[in-house]
Amino acid sequence: MTAPFAWIRPEPWGIHIVPADIWVDPSRPVPRALVTHGHADHARGGHGATFATPATLAIMKLRYATSDGAVPVEYGESIALGGGVSATFLPAGHVLGSAQILLEHAGERVIITGDYKRAPDPTCEPFQVTPCDIFITEATFGLPVFTHPPIAEEIGKLLKARSDNPEACVLVGAYALGKAQRVIAELRAAGHTDTIWLHGAMEAMCHLYEEHGVPLGDLRLVGDAGKDEMRGSIVVAPPSALNDRWSRRLPDPVTAMASGWMRVRARAKQRGVELPLVISDHADWNELTATIAAVNPQETWITHGREEALLRWCQLNQRRARALALVGYEDEDD
Amino acid sequence: MEEFAALLDALIYTASRNRKLALIADYLRAAPDTDRGWALAALTGGLDFPAVKSSTIRNLMMERVDPVLWALSRDFVGDTAETASLLWPEPKSQAPQGDLSLADVVTRLSALTRAAAPKELPGLLDRLDAKGRYALIKLATGGMRVGVSARLAKTAFAQAFDVAVDAVEEYWHALAPPYGELFDWAAQGGPAPDLADVPHFRPFMLAHPLEGGEVDLADYAAEWKWDGIRVQLVRAGGETRVYSRSGDDISATFPELLEVLAFDAVLDGELLVRGTAQGGEAGGAASFNALQQRLGRKAVSAKMLREFPAFVRLYDVLIAEGEDHREQPWESRRATLEALMDRLPASHFDLSTLVAADDFAQLAAIRETARDEAIEGLMLKRRDSRYLSGRKVGLWYKWKRDPLLIDCVLMYAQRGSGKRSSFYSDYTFGCWADDPDAGADLLPVGKAYSGFTDEELKKIDRFVRQNTLNRFGPVREVERKLVFEVAFDSVHASKRHKSGLAMRFPRIHRIRWDKPAHEADLIASLRALVKD
Repeated sequence: MTAPFAWIRPEPWGIHIVPADIWVDPSRPVPRALVTHGHADHARGGHGATFATPATLAIMKLRYATSDGAVPVEYGESIALGGGVSATFLPAGHVLGSAQILLEHAGERVIITGDYKRAPDPTCEPFQVTPCDIFITEATFGLPVFTHPPIAEEIGKLLKARSDNPEACVLVGAYALGKAQRVIAELRAAGHTDTIWLHGAMEAMCHLYEEHGVPLGDLRLVGDAGKDEMRGSIVVAPPSALNDRWSRRLPDPVTAMASGWMRVRARAKQRGVELPLVISDHADWNELTATIAAVNPQETWITHGREEALLRWCQLNQRRARALALVGYEDEDD
Repeated sequence: MEEFAALLDALIYTASRNRKLALIADYLRAAPDTDRGWALAALTGGLDFPAVKSSTIRNLMMERVDPVLWALSRDFVGDTAETASLLWPEPKSQAPQGDLSLADVVTRLSALTRAAAPKELPGLLDRLDAKGRYALIKLATGGMRVGVSARLAKTAFAQAFDVAVDAVEEYWHALAPPYGELFDWAAQGGPAPDLADVPHFRPFMLAHPLEGGEVDLADYAAEWKWDGIRVQLVRAGGETRVYSRSGDDISATFPELLEVLAFDAVLDGELLVRGTAQGGEAGGAASFNALQQRLGRKAVSAKMLREFPAFVRLYDVLIAEGEDHREQPWESRRATLEALMDRLPASHFDLSTLVAADDFAQLAAIRETARDEAIEGLMLKRRDSRYLSGRKVGLWYKWKRDPLLIDCVLMYAQRGSGKRSSFYSDYTFGCWADDPDAGADLLPVGKAYSGFTDEELKKIDRFVRQNTLNRFGPVREVERKLVFEVAFDSVHASKRHKSGLAMRFPRIHRIRWDKPAHEADLIASLRALVKD
């Protein structure tokens, strides 16, 4: 008889499921990996076999130009991993294809959330609350100062900046996978039907989203446009392009950034952002704490982010919790 | 309050000076009278609410938020006002209706006592959203940090109502918030404020540094740049006032100067105390260190007045007996000043002498001797320059002697605030008490947080994080191996540091990544530079 939950072992470079010898979101190549979603810090290339949702596998194929060893797993589908371990992929509401992974072994249930959010998002399936014994959660925005306002408010600010600056354009920095498509889809939902201009690095991912049933409307590349064509419109680019020479081709851009970090003024100022948009694909403090309360696990493990504060909250609420020191999962752009 | 909060927020995120001016001007045109007056006061740093401290806010938060969660949040955000504005619990019941105006807030804050503040503030905070709370706390605790100088705010005021900014500066110091007369004049077309009998401050004329240039002495006169504090002495309506460079009234600190001016005038000079360090034995002045004994005191003892008697070494005359000389060329003002000297008692006034030289090279040689005299350097004034407010290109130059340099070793680094909240940007450094190879230790000699580029800051920040020995809250003690070449203007005996020395205006001159720490300077070499 082994100790409870000894079959699941957090290591600095990923979570090891010992009896099946398989890793979750490993940051180094392994023979067999379960991948929660397509962001580069979770979905590294070079694994022997990769178990993930079809959308995540499509994103990885786009990134790494190979689908060798890809094993698609649909939401709700359970698969046997060997060693008496089964895995079920459940929607996480983070980006297209993102999943929580429910692992079951000898009557014990563990959920690894990967990254997730609870706010509605037209580009992906909503997070599904599922009972378990151990809930392994992220904590990117695990400080009580982080509360993300309803996205409609932030989209409203963006549209107002656009109409206030008919001679200029509004340049929105948004993570190329997930954030960019969500911002565009929300703009469309708010009735904005004009052309949205894209940085070249976003084109393929937007195309992939559309192929997966997320319509994004009229998109064109900045590289194909003259300066005057873009006056009075919205341009979407990866955050790294905001202060890059690339942005010189735009007509007097007002620099916006869509990120949960924009809640803190100093963070926005450091990046030279003039229009901070608090839009995140991660759970905010209230979502993190409400989710732990709703899942109500015996124990909460915290993988990455501001784990100290979330640990403190668990302690104040008489919940057992521990922090796992995983490396390589900090996301400065989300 | 909502509009004012939105203005502050917009200013924080706006880098362009022109856009900042437009934002402030738009607000000043649109806001109601007292609101805009208070906003102008807030932006120019003219409000002070002594009853509310940063600790008042922290204590309020401690009653509402878990202390550990508060500390973690404050540490991440880097600003108490912002953290509190974000963590303040939204009131459960509907807040009292009716928008709280900026004028309401200022009135209530002014009426607060230390004891009442913790009881009254929650009611105000409950009526605002996060942005409004941030504005209120910043207003109450001081230090807007929105990247707007007083000068920029006044320029925006002038722009909003199409008046001259020099006229605004002229009236500014005679008026008080919420500046009713100023708005009546500029915004409503009313009469200009009548200040004839008010002993008010006029903006100083300032100098640019002479960086590597040369001037023709036919066009420029040279004067010593004395190491005291620049003051303006004003007499009007029978009353004399002393103003510092920033326009602060420091009359109470220097009572001996209030009875010695026998006619109405506005005079520009250097305030010094008697001694021998500057300008020789006869009629000389003491070092800046001696003057420091007199600064910042509200009450002055007879002993102080005896030991450190103050006097003014005059540079210029702006107004004398109702006549405004500011439109006259410097040469003519100088003649007027010289003629006035007979009527100014030698006990409290002397004239800043001109430095004669045949040519620029000779002047440079004379300047080299300035260090022995503990003088900061030379001033070069264009002979035909009118007396204009602020720094005007090409008219006046300060030609400081080169700074002193010493190699120090980084000992402690402290996290900055605001934009630098995630960087270790304030450095305490030391020199060796004795031969480091014989086991001697470092003693701190100063602290600096400027003189490096953003790129260098990132590198030093990385060094600090990778070489931490100990942590004390926001301070890290680091391994003693990074050498800073520190520039400073002078060094004095001081009890503040264990080394017994304090530098004036230390800044990081160069970062010596290449230099081994044991080759940095000894305390003894720094002590040898003391000129007290």
